[in-house]
Amino acid sequence: MSDTLNRERLLRAYRTMRTIREFEERVHTEFATGDIPGFVHLYAGEEASATGVCMHLRGDDYIASTHRGHGHCIAKGVDPVGMMAEIWGKSTGSCKGKGGSMHIADLSKGMLGANGIVGGGGPLICGTALAAKMKNDKTVGVCFFGDGASNQGTILEAMNLATVWSLPAIFVAENNGYAETTSSSWSVACDNIADRASAFGMPGVIVDGFDFFAVHEAAGEAVRRAREGGGPTLIEVKVSRYYGHFEGDQQTYRAAGEVQKLRDEKDCLLQFRRRVTADGDITDAELGTIDAEVLALIDDSVVRAKADPKPGPDDLLTDVYVSY
Amino acid sequence: MSQIHTLTMPKWGLSMSEGKVNGWLKELGDGISVGDEVVEVESEKIAGAVEAPVAGILRRQVVSEDDIIPVGALLGVIADEEVSDADIDAKVEDFLANFVPPSEDQEEGGPAPVKIEIEGQRLRYLKRGEGGNQVLLIHGFGGDLNNWLFNHEALAAKREVFALDLPGHGESVKAVGDGSLDTLTDRVIGFMDTLGIESAHLVGHSMGGAICLNLAKRAPSRVKSLVLVASAGLGQDINGDYIGGFVESQDRRSLKPLLSELFADTNLVTRQLVEDMLKYKRLEGVTDALRTLAGKLFPEGRQAVTLRPALDAFGKPILVIWGGADQIIPASHAPTPGGRVQVGVLNGKGHMVQMEAANEVNRLIDDFLG
Amino acid sequence: MARKITYQQAINEALDQEMARDPSVIVMGEDNAGGEGSPGEMDAWGGVLGVTKGLYHKHPGRVLDTPISESGFIGAAIGAACNGLRPVAELMFVDFMGVCFDQIFNQAAKFKYMFGGKAETPVVIRTMYGAGFRAAAQHSQCLYSLFTHIPGLKVAIPSNPYDAKGLLIQSIRDNDPVIFMEHKVLYTMEGDVPEESYSVPFGEAAVVREGDDVTIVALGRMVSFAQDAAQALQKNGIHCEIIDPRTTSPLDEDTILESVEKTGRLVVVDESNPRCSMASDIAGLVAQKAFGALKAPIEQVTAPHVPPPFSDALEDLYIPNAAKIESAVSKIREYG
Repeated sequence: MSDTLNRERLLRAYRTMRTIREFEERVHTEFATGDIPGFVHLYAGEEASATGVCMHLRGDDYIASTHRGHGHCIAKGVDPVGMMAEIWGKSTGSCKGKGGSMHIADLSKGMLGANGIVGGGGPLICGTALAAKMKNDKTVGVCFFGDGASNQGTILEAMNLATVWSLPAIFVAENNGYAETTSSSWSVACDNIADRASAFGMPGVIVDGFDFFAVHEAAGEAVRRAREGGGPTLIEVKVSRYYGHFEGDQQTYRAAGEVQKLRDEKDCLLQFRRRVTADGDITDAELGTIDAEVLALIDDSVVRAKADPKPGPDDLLTDVYVSY
Repeated sequence: MSQIHTLTMPKWGLSMSEGKVNGWLKELGDGISVGDEVVEVESEKIAGAVEAPVAGILRRQVVSEDDIIPVGALLGVIADEEVSDADIDAKVEDFLANFVPPSEDQEEGGPAPVKIEIEGQRLRYLKRGEGGNQVLLIHGFGGDLNNWLFNHEALAAKREVFALDLPGHGESVKAVGDGSLDTLTDRVIGFMDTLGIESAHLVGHSMGGAICLNLAKRAPSRVKSLVLVASAGLGQDINGDYIGGFVESQDRRSLKPLLSELFADTNLVTRQLVEDMLKYKRLEGVTDALRTLAGKLFPEGRQAVTLRPALDAFGKPILVIWGGADQIIPASHAPTPGGRVQVGVLNGKGHMVQMEAANEVNRLIDDFLG
Repeated sequence: MARKITYQQAINEALDQEMARDPSVIVMGEDNAGGEGSPGEMDAWGGVLGVTKGLYHKHPGRVLDTPISESGFIGAAIGAACNGLRPVAELMFVDFMGVCFDQIFNQAAKFKYMFGGKAETPVVIRTMYGAGFRAAAQHSQCLYSLFTHIPGLKVAIPSNPYDAKGLLIQSIRDNDPVIFMEHKVLYTMEGDVPEESYSVPFGEAAVVREGDDVTIVALGRMVSFAQDAAQALQKNGIHCEIIDPRTTSPLDEDTILESVEKTGRLVVVDESNPRCSMASDIAGLVAQKAFGALKAPIEQVTAPHVPPPFSDALEDLYIPNAAKIESAVSKIREYG
């Protein structure tokens, strides 16, 4: 896969980030109406991270995600229409309405699931990467996790194991500053999560998570090394989320105007648009067309999610085992 | 005669180390003739009667119902009436004082099955007896050499008797090739060649009977005589539901009723018998082998091969034995006796007649082989 | 089946034969290679009690040593199962699941359902359980009831060498996550085991002994204790039927219920602590579904509600035994 960001790939990156943003903004609005059941954790603000990493991945590469997983799903190619239906708890959802926002998965796309357990994905990605290594299929595994999970034993064990076994794994720490309400500047004992990489014998890099190009470059290097048998990398993506830990979180722990300032000054879509249109290769109008197409897609996904049937009583008891 | 005869727990099969007394069939003081069933005992696998080896009077019942005693331990004493009680008591005391139950490691020097490779194909057989007068015991569909549990030792008293596991069965190779009678027959001939058996008396049960007939047809010089027990190959009828059910059954619940069809007395289908059959059926390759054989030999509930002409053409003695209550292959398939052909139909016995009426079957075969 | 091998050899043979049959089967666990990277002899251990001994060299690259990171490597086994392998991970002592339970019960067990049926996780977690080694509270528990409680997991508890091989082969071929419970005291138990490959199906209890008077349902090591008790009771004219469920998930309810319908009396023998145990689960099942057949209260023979103790004087009291089973049977025989 070429790392070169040609025109086509830039447009694709923009479409992915825009789709995530539109999806999350819409879920935020719809959640407020009381229509969406359960817990929803939104990824808005962090789009460049999922997109910058997943642009390097093949369909048969695996990623493990987090409770804040919509962005990773979309970036890995999971169908937003099925995702929206899943979030509504409909039988047409990605997981037939049995998983919900926190468990959207599509193994056919190499998406090993959003995960309700903080840090749950680290060991799993060691596993997919181990299988890749044993099959010698040159695929890689990417574990997305947050600053909260960076303090979980599972992630630390997984990073150690990845080096011990020399696995084609990439650990992407999305440090959005808060584990639920707790600031990472308090909960993470070192200055940077990436500093921990040396303890596990792997390279650690820090990138600005609002800058798609920075993420893309760092991830490209890590994925290339992994594919070539060079072992794992830890990438810390410094970023921020626009919404609360979950929908309904009033974010009283954040400074007044903190989010608005980020939206106005650092937003990844804004920066991306400025940079690609300034280079002259891509026009505002082209991006506008994408915006309109994405809006239509998300509109459609919501209309369908609302209209689609819920699972029936028989569905309660199916899909527990392959056979029992 | 004034000897004191001890009646001991028999050993039915290699794994039997102890048996349970189900009940006395003769009362203390009863007169006993040779061959009378004196006491019923049971191993984990099957129940059966212990026959009197001598005539006399049942003078002692050392064990009672539900007792569990080791193989070889004393059941009772048969002696003539002139033998004194004191002598009998002394004999019992002496027996009990000197009796050593067989050790767990079992069979020091006893016969054990042997596995050989013939053209890369594993065959297991068990040999008992010596003396060159050779007999081959060939089991039926889904069986193994243990089907001759109650016959093998008795027949081996005067002969060299080989029981084998056919391909696809027991602990032999599970591959059965095309599953044809000729293929199975080739393997038996190969076995005889390998062991240097020029010719033998062939005793076949059910499908094994058809193999014996086919061998007699193809290589008559290798066969001294034929004993066909509930034999296939003598008519078209066969219990297709049993065959199909047996091939596909993988659990105790479905297998037990099927195995019950093999016996007239369904009490003989013990837990252990079912369990042993399941252990066989779980082995890799067995279900495929049975499917292949059933498809070739018993398609659509009929026997595909009839060897009646071979029976008629075989110029040497033939003994046909059948259980009158056989639910798998009807006893009506037995030929009319006369000339070289003897027929014994045992009323009220099922397909596994050699187990269910072992003593009578043994006597028939023994007399026939001479 | 004249060949006798041990429970431990049966497990090793099952792994060996399945690895030979299917290249996607791999084995991982602590000390499999006797400490990868250490200067001494490789494959010195084959796991702490040597169960995987010999496989390291026989199947190059497919027997992995792991750091002492139970969450890490148990999770890796689960992830690898999602990506086309059939890993068999060895969790040294079941007690250690305390540090990796999330990967087992929130990840492996849930994928199939949570992802709408689209995931398959054919992983086997072999683990050693049970008291009798004077190994005290953190190395002697049973804990199979915890796994049995969780939908999405299957739980196999072989009580003898034959079942150990057949159930392990079934576990490896099974497409769901399986917890395979090996009693450490049973490793040296000998029994008839076919050399050929075979699988023992899940959800089919073994009727170990037939009898009309009392049903004894026993698990794992308790099966042989129940056999000893039944043998002794037979001398008093009491005929016990012994049922070994072999797997607790799925559980062969029918065989248990049919037996109690026949005998009217039930003793459940379970080495676990009694609360929320297999003993209480099976007692509850029978009370609910065979109430009309019961002639006496159900007896449970279990460890007491205490952690496994260290001193032999205490551990011997802790573990159920044949005498306790006999007395439970006698008690319900005399009832009413």
